[in-house]
Amino acid sequence: MEVTIIQTGTANLASVAVAFERLGAQVTMTRDPAGVRDAKRLVLPGVGTFEAGMDRLKGDDLVEVLAERVDADRPTLGICLGLQLLGVASDESPGVDGLRLITARVQPLDDSAPVPQMGWNKVSANGGRIEDGWAYFANSYAFTTVPPAWTPAMAMHGARSFVAAVERGSLLACQFHPELSGAWGAALLSRWLEGASW
Amino acid sequence: MVSRRIIPCLDVRDGRVVKGVQFQGLRDAGDPVELAAAYAAQGADEIVVLDVSANLEGRAARVETVSAIRRELAIPLTVGGGVRTIEDAAVLLEAGADKVSTNTAAVRRPELVSELARRFGRQCTVIAVDAVRVGQSWEVVIASGSTRTGIDALDWCAAVADAGAGELLVTSFDRDGTRSGYDTELLAAIRSRVNIPLIASGGAAGSAHMVAALDAGADAVLAASIFHDGETTVATLKQELARVGVEVRP
Repeated sequence: MEVTIIQTGTANLASVAVAFERLGAQVTMTRDPAGVRDAKRLVLPGVGTFEAGMDRLKGDDLVEVLAERVDADRPTLGICLGLQLLGVASDESPGVDGLRLITARVQPLDDSAPVPQMGWNKVSANGGRIEDGWAYFANSYAFTTVPPAWTPAMAMHGARSFVAAVERGSLLACQFHPELSGAWGAALLSRWLEGASW
Repeated sequence: MVSRRIIPCLDVRDGRVVKGVQFQGLRDAGDPVELAAAYAAQGADEIVVLDVSANLEGRAARVETVSAIRRELAIPLTVGGGVRTIEDAAVLLEAGADKVSTNTAAVRRPELVSELARRFGRQCTVIAVDAVRVGQSWEVVIASGSTRTGIDALDWCAAVADAGAGELLVTSFDRDGTRSGYDTELLAAIRSRVNIPLIASGGAAGSAHMVAALDAGADAVLAASIFHDGETTVATLKQELARVGVEVRP
């Protein structure tokens, strides 16, 4: 099984790469538009700010090919900022357009609890590949809702719920880090790997 | 809500785990990869590796240690010790660290905090603070406790949180390795000043100390020698915490 990870420059890719290697996948890295378009299974990771993430995707000419992939339902996995970038915009970086594939805006987490959210939170699934369980999060922003076309898994921070992950067809995008979420996360990555390829 | 975390800490010198009292008298405590894997299997929520090597050769070995641990570990890994520049941090992240911790270098050059946060994100930027009690307040100490700075620990925690730190790892120098409990007054005082996650360190002997630290406002508790010496396990401590109503990841 082949997995291609987008080289985002700011992200720690080692954890994602070894998580897939433990599952027997062959991992390659790319920032080339053709490589991103043609990847059998693609991972969009990302840490850092929304603006820095979008700047990088624009600079590498990846905005169009990513939209094309998601529209064509080619297997794609977004992790952390990689989920947020699918949205319309983020309160973290006002005025910066996202990939606009999910009609929702990224908002700050409730700061009645410590922010960034750093640690293991309970995820409530709504079907799809995600199961109820504990996932590792490291984020200050998140979606609070997504349109009905998407299946969300939810979690709580402070007094408000936020979107822990979304799914639609071959696309899985997680606010948490499946690669750091122990056996539960590894099982989720394995289900995504074994799902549809093209 | 995120659960309370238990974080085993590996002080690594020249590729081996060591442990001392108040940062002195280091003795061998085992292989870092084996210990990290064992603690993860016990239910550790995260692993912290602090490089305490005395020289450059030891520092070079740590990249290998970090990537070897990474290959085994499916939970977060924080690495610190001798991180002075963005480049130092980048090397550790590339080797497989998820978060990078800085201490002395941030005190000597406070801009480092915002540089790290801008480059790698807040969630990657852990600031370790070693504090010593002086009368009714606490002072930051650096260089493994050997140098006093005259900086108020609470002011420093607030300053680094403003500058972009995503997490504080606060060690009570007075309690480190003594097993007399975390400095809960220090933790409560910091919690009243900052709203970023707070890891308590220094003095843990068991779950009662951990409950006290969490009640005082810590989000996570770090310990080293009680795990290395086999006195208890993460699993046992989690059961004890759960029994008194602390939410932990099962």
